Amino acid sequence: MSAVVGPSVFGLDPLYIGGVGLAEVLITLLKVGAAFALLLMAVMLMIWFERKLISDMQNRIGPNLAGPFGIFQTLADGIKLFFKEDLIPERSDRLVFKLAPFLSLVPAFLVFAVVPVGGDFDGSDGRVSLFGHETFLQVSDPPVGILLVLAMSSVAVYGVMLAGWSSGSKYPLLASVRASAQMVSYEAALGLSLVAVLLKSGSLSTNQIVAEQSMWNWNLWVTWVVPMVVFLIAATAELNRPPFDLVEAEQELVGGFHTEYSSIRFALFFLAEFMNTITMSAIIVTLFLGGPNGPDFTTVGWLSGLLWFFVKLMLFLFAFVWLRATLPRFRYDQLMDLGWKLLIPLSLGWLLVLASYDIAGDRGWNRAAAVIAMLAVMAALAGLLALALRAARQRRELDPQGGFA
Amino acid sequence: MGYLRGFAVTLRKLFKGTETGRVVTTQYPDEKRPKPVRFHGRHVLNRYEDGMEKCIGCELCAGVCPARCIYVRGADNPPDDPVSPGERFGYVYEINYLRCIHCDLCVEACPTEAITESKLFEFSFTNRADAIYTKDELVVGDDGRPQQLPWEDWHPGDDEHTSAWVRATSPSGRADYEGQVAWSGELGYGIRPPERGQAADEEGDGPDPDDRGHDGHGGHQ
Ligand code: SF4
Ligand code: SF4
Repeated sequence: MSAVVGPSVFGLDPLYIGGVGLAEVLITLLKVGAAFALLLMAVMLMIWFERKLISDMQNRIGPNLAGPFGIFQTLADGIKLFFKEDLIPERSDRLVFKLAPFLSLVPAFLVFAVVPVGGDFDGSDGRVSLFGHETFLQVSDPPVGILLVLAMSSVAVYGVMLAGWSSGSKYPLLASVRASAQMVSYEAALGLSLVAVLLKSGSLSTNQIVAEQSMWNWNLWVTWVVPMVVFLIAATAELNRPPFDLVEAEQELVGGFHTEYSSIRFALFFLAEFMNTITMSAIIVTLFLGGPNGPDFTTVGWLSGLLWFFVKLMLFLFAFVWLRATLPRFRYDQLMDLGWKLLIPLSLGWLLVLASYDIAGDRGWNRAAAVIAMLAVMAALAGLLALALRAARQRRELDPQGGFA
Repeated sequence: MGYLRGFAVTLRKLFKGTETGRVVTTQYPDEKRPKPVRFHGRHVLNRYEDGMEKCIGCELCAGVCPARCIYVRGADNPPDDPVSPGERFGYVYEINYLRCIHCDLCVEACPTEAITESKLFEFSFTNRADAIYTKDELVVGDDGRPQQLPWEDWHPGDDEHTSAWVRATSPSGRADYEGQVAWSGELGYGIRPPERGQAADEEGDGPDPDDRGHDGHGGHQ
């Protein structure tokens, strides 16, 4: 690894190497503004894209009146929602009720700040030249970028949870209980599958992770595919997207956590939800598909990176819509089973196998033997666990009252 | 791989040229599908061929209405200028269209086929008073056609077949009477022919839903 600069308060961006002057501040502001505008535009188009695509998959037409192909439908909806009456339920906790939409929106924005959307990673570690200054094509590159992503996705749980809790109404409350349980359990699988990537990259900085994957050295196959599959499933659950949208199960919970919300606050939740979809896809691209890495086919060095990033992003956005169009919603116990009994053990086991493979390589041991030994140890542990479970079940059957008689 | 079959299904829908990807949407306000003959729309109060009103103010429709949206008051016919044949007539007749669910139970209950439904469903009001149709608005005009109120969007054919539902039924619900005329004539139309019944389909001339009631050859005519 070739660290460009030592970690600093400003992150690892080469922009700040020679001190911070007016030019640096202006460039940073420009990047922040660009990222903000880009993300808002992307959300607008994403909502339109999702509605159009899912209509196509359901033999419908979808929005087609506002603008060409209905592309301004989101804008029209936004304007409509903005001018609607804003209702606050009498029984609600007013402060928290007003705060909750922002608690889901702000983290969604912040995550995008650490995503490298472009940059020439084949030659120069992702640096590009903006007005004569070297910088990364990401708002900020903190040394703990991935931890920021995890932290923000945890904060986003509070938005949903507090929205339901503060509404003073039963369906939102049920939804928020579901949301906290679901998001907390899937966060574990999300984090564990991510550790596999960190193990290979040896860095928490998103820029470094992407740099490690240049020249087709993508984490997708470096970590042997499974972590990405687990991450994709856990991310879908984390985003509350179908088939994991129990938080918004219309058939059971009216509207879910946002039942009591109206007007612009309601819109903010949806903005956050779709923004999260985009940022999460961007994170997957960054972690597993080499971010902007891809064959250079343009003359301007950083343009092809941007295009590759966009293509990969679209792949995942398409996949998310496709999932939604295809799969029915999980039952709640199935959701918990999948999370705790399959995804978490799978990602943990995978991590151990990867680690044993790596360590064997470092120490010069036989790699296959190390992996087999690791698998044997895990099988033994799983066997012990199964035995313990069986013994417990037998005891329960012998004494159905469980000692409470 | 059973889990993944569904993904193939949804993906195939993207190919619009194929049968499975066919778009089924009708662009409603711009293009409209033909309405079925027995469609339940806005009501009309019918009159006999001589111009007399059919309603006798018996309140059976009001009694049967599940949405409780009909208000009827009967009154004795003035002997020198009767409104309906017989003793009494519907003096007040109101239907509240904010409540009506167009179930046609009122049509079924009416002993004189006075109340039937047209094909009109595109009507919207801007105040609640307009939503309550009074007898003056419901009763057919002198040509036997429904009155067309300013906020109603009538289309050709909406005002014909107002009594389609009545003619579709075998009298007393007995199959033996299928196709037999057991209804009275209407102002402007005379005695309408019966709808072609199921027996007609068995006899070989295939079902033609849009044609029913026009052609006049019922099953046992
Ligand atoms: S159609 Fe049904 S709801 Fe409407 S007036 Fe007749 S009985 Fe009542
Ligand atoms: S419409 Fe028919 S059922 Fe209703 S009051 Fe008149 S005659 Fe009786």
